[in-house]
Amino acid sequence: MNHQIFEQSRAPIELGRRRLLGYLVAAPTLAVAVRLGVDTVAPESAAAVVPTPDGPAEIYDLNDMLTSAAMPTAGLITLTMKTDGTAHFALPRSENGQGIVTSTAMIIAEELDLPVDKVVVTLADARPELLFNQLTGGSNTTISTYIPIRTAAAIARGRLLEAAALQLENVPVTALRTLKGMVLAPDESLLSYASLAKAAAVTKSTQVEAQLKDAADFKVVGKPYSRTDARDAVTGKKKFAMDLKVKGAKPTMICRPPTLNGKVKAVRNRGAVLKMPGVTHVVTISTGVAVRAKTFGQCIDAIRKLEVDWLGGTAEGVSDADVLAELKAAEIPLAVPSLPNVPGTVQSVDSEFTFWFASNSALETNCAIADVRSDRAEIWGGLKSPITAQQKIAEKIGLPVDKVKVHVTLGGGSFGRKLFFDAALEAAEASKAMGKPVKLMWHRADDSRQGRVHPMSTARSRATIVGNEVLAYEQRHTSVFTDFSHGLGEIITATAADLPVGDIGFSQTVYSLSQGLHYNFGATTQLLNEIDSRFNTSSMRNIYSPNAAIARELSVDKIAATMGKDPYQFRREFVRTDRSRAVLDAVAKAGSWGRAMGNYQAQGIGIHNEYHGFSAALVEIDCRPTTVNRDIREAVTGPRVTKVVFAVDVGLVINPRGLEAQIMGGIMDGIALTLTSSMHLRDGYFLEASWDNYAYTRQWNVPFEVQIILVPSASEDPGGAGEFGVASAASAVATAYARAVGKQPTEFPINHGEPLHYKVKPQVPPIPQSPRNGLRAN
Amino acid sequence: MPKHTFKVNGRRVTVKVDDDVRLLWVLRDLLGITGPKYGCGINVCKACTSHLNGKAFNPCSVPVGKIGPDDEITTIEGLADTVGKDLHPMQEAWLENDVAQCGYCQPGQIMAAVDLVKKAEKKGRAITDGDLDSIRNICRCGTYPRLRDAIRDGAKGM
Repeated sequence: MNHQIFEQSRAPIELGRRRLLGYLVAAPTLAVAVRLGVDTVAPESAAAVVPTPDGPAEIYDLNDMLTSAAMPTAGLITLTMKTDGTAHFALPRSENGQGIVTSTAMIIAEELDLPVDKVVVTLADARPELLFNQLTGGSNTTISTYIPIRTAAAIARGRLLEAAALQLENVPVTALRTLKGMVLAPDESLLSYASLAKAAAVTKSTQVEAQLKDAADFKVVGKPYSRTDARDAVTGKKKFAMDLKVKGAKPTMICRPPTLNGKVKAVRNRGAVLKMPGVTHVVTISTGVAVRAKTFGQCIDAIRKLEVDWLGGTAEGVSDADVLAELKAAEIPLAVPSLPNVPGTVQSVDSEFTFWFASNSALETNCAIADVRSDRAEIWGGLKSPITAQQKIAEKIGLPVDKVKVHVTLGGGSFGRKLFFDAALEAAEASKAMGKPVKLMWHRADDSRQGRVHPMSTARSRATIVGNEVLAYEQRHTSVFTDFSHGLGEIITATAADLPVGDIGFSQTVYSLSQGLHYNFGATTQLLNEIDSRFNTSSMRNIYSPNAAIARELSVDKIAATMGKDPYQFRREFVRTDRSRAVLDAVAKAGSWGRAMGNYQAQGIGIHNEYHGFSAALVEIDCRPTTVNRDIREAVTGPRVTKVVFAVDVGLVINPRGLEAQIMGGIMDGIALTLTSSMHLRDGYFLEASWDNYAYTRQWNVPFEVQIILVPSASEDPGGAGEFGVASAASAVATAYARAVGKQPTEFPINHGEPLHYKVKPQVPPIPQSPRNGLRAN
Repeated sequence: MPKHTFKVNGRRVTVKVDDDVRLLWVLRDLLGITGPKYGCGINVCKACTSHLNGKAFNPCSVPVGKIGPDDEITTIEGLADTVGKDLHPMQEAWLENDVAQCGYCQPGQIMAAVDLVKKAEKKGRAITDGDLDSIRNICRCGTYPRLRDAIRDGAKGM
């Protein structure tokens, strides 16, 4: 992979009238507490062409909602300095690979003037008093925690200087400075933070005002830093939920129904299964039959032996073609009438697209440990909404919320999946029913087939153009219901009165606040309609945006073609902001836009704005028959993206190396969503049961060249990064593919209608047996 | 209950368990060696990739009864010891390229990469794009470009 990092602009942070307050807290060693919550509203002004007024997402976007929801109610987060010279902070968020533990350590290190490896960032247990403020989603972590965490660190540094001045006697605080965990006196003598940790403690909690460092003096923030857990990850020391040792917590798996959400009617051979080797418990819970055994292998054997009668599911007999028909019938009509395609007159440019179900299954399957006793419970899991999880678990097992302790463990990927806590709920239910601690893990086949999916949707667009002007642009998104019941719903309820979109429901709110306006296309409307809640759904990395962006950017190519304009030049002319134009120019230049390509090969370009940031992708694709038809066993090969150039302006970059990693992952997601990966619904059941069925990007689909350009930003506030790579990459793959084959595709991924590349695994028993030929197969 | 004795990461171990239990569960659930991860249990995702007598294999698909007393199993935890260092060159390359994101698949990726490089070396050639394309280990975080860079770098140190 090529790296290209421009020197970041270093405008001093304009904190204006914000007063940054924190508290020195009474504790044995120095402790500083601050509230979470920061105001970051930055409307952009419109450019030339037929101007499009700011939409809701420009004035107040999803991130503003997430951050301001926290403001009035947020509890305190605390930074403590220990006598060994390390600073400790429990981050009220969930780490699933996005790099927030590392970036948080960097932010603290910067403001506290301490080496990054002396900052210990852990994940906080569920803290109900934080109310809405422990949700990890919407790429919001850094946006909402950047200023509060800096405030805490700045107060801590100030207090260490004061303590040093007291010890040194006759030396004013102003004569002291800090350097990498030390206080330096004018006579060059040094006092370590370790030696000051106790002296800097206070006996009575007091409010103090913070003085933040000038961004021009940043030494850590903005410089590439490798993940703080990288060594643990490569040596096998990193512990995920299923690697934890909890006394008595034995492997537990669930026998699930052959339809979506079917329920147990009767278990016919419980006694026989209980006698199988290793098996300790077999109990019926609300989602199936839970089996606890000495090893997971014995759980698998037992599940395959279970004879269960099932009650019907929620989507019996339904296939994805039926869902498509429903969605089509539910589409909100376009407002401007369709006009004939006569050059020189007012014309319509229409497009229609289908996006099939997709999976956000992570490599770590749904899992959790639960130890439920009669009067208390303890839960461990990679949970992105631990407070909601705690409430729902307490409700499920009939305990008061304060008797349920929820620990947030390091997660093995989320992609939206860990916003929900399906396995934690099941683990609690099973542990209660069995009277024993359980280590509950989903089988891959279940995680894929019965786990939550990204809802299927359609998009329609109509541009109304005359000559070289776009008078109006409408886009309609019609989707299977997206489940936001993991806590985001409460945030929306809490902030509803303040939202510029009015009371339009949860999903519509998220859609309106995440779909910014990208082009000056005159009167622009973007509407969402959701129907059908029979499926288990959740947000998937970047929520609606990849689908919306594919539809929009393909439509843009079509409008440009109708006007006889080059796709890049057309976008340059019509984008609404200079920041958008800058990322477009960056990819066009670095990717040599317009270079000659052979038959069935093409470049494509796409943009996306979100999370207070701007991005553009330039993709080269190879659709030659020799490439498309290359044969790899049980794999989707097809067109190969050979090169991606991606430019991003996310505002202030905390960790360029981490940002590049997130964008790189987003690009891989974008390739999969466009070319290879979907779930097939047949007769009420999803077919894909393994990673060789659900064709997420694999090594044989990876571009040979990926170049990520971090464009200097005009903004000094950090934006969101975790999901930002997906939408513009997906749309650029789509436009490249369309140009290579000379025809715009109308469904995504493009291979959904092709014959399955695998043999469908049986539904009963619900999970496959592990092979025994592993010594031969390699 | 049958007894099974073999070597894991240089240490001789004995476990009492039925022959048919797959080695992955013996390692994880009985011996507490958690570097090899569960990702599918059907030899597809390769998250459990480890080495048997120096060659890559997937313990999710090998019954423990097929492992003999002379067999040596190396998991990610024991990889560095095979070269007598704190870190194997492939692990160094992983750190150098900051490959891991969530890290769940990475032990398997590293063990597969070491094997891939050894195979290429035996054929007397450097790692090609074709070799990299043949890796079946899945990474849902999409670290693939950095994986490819790290394998090429790691090969230089091996």
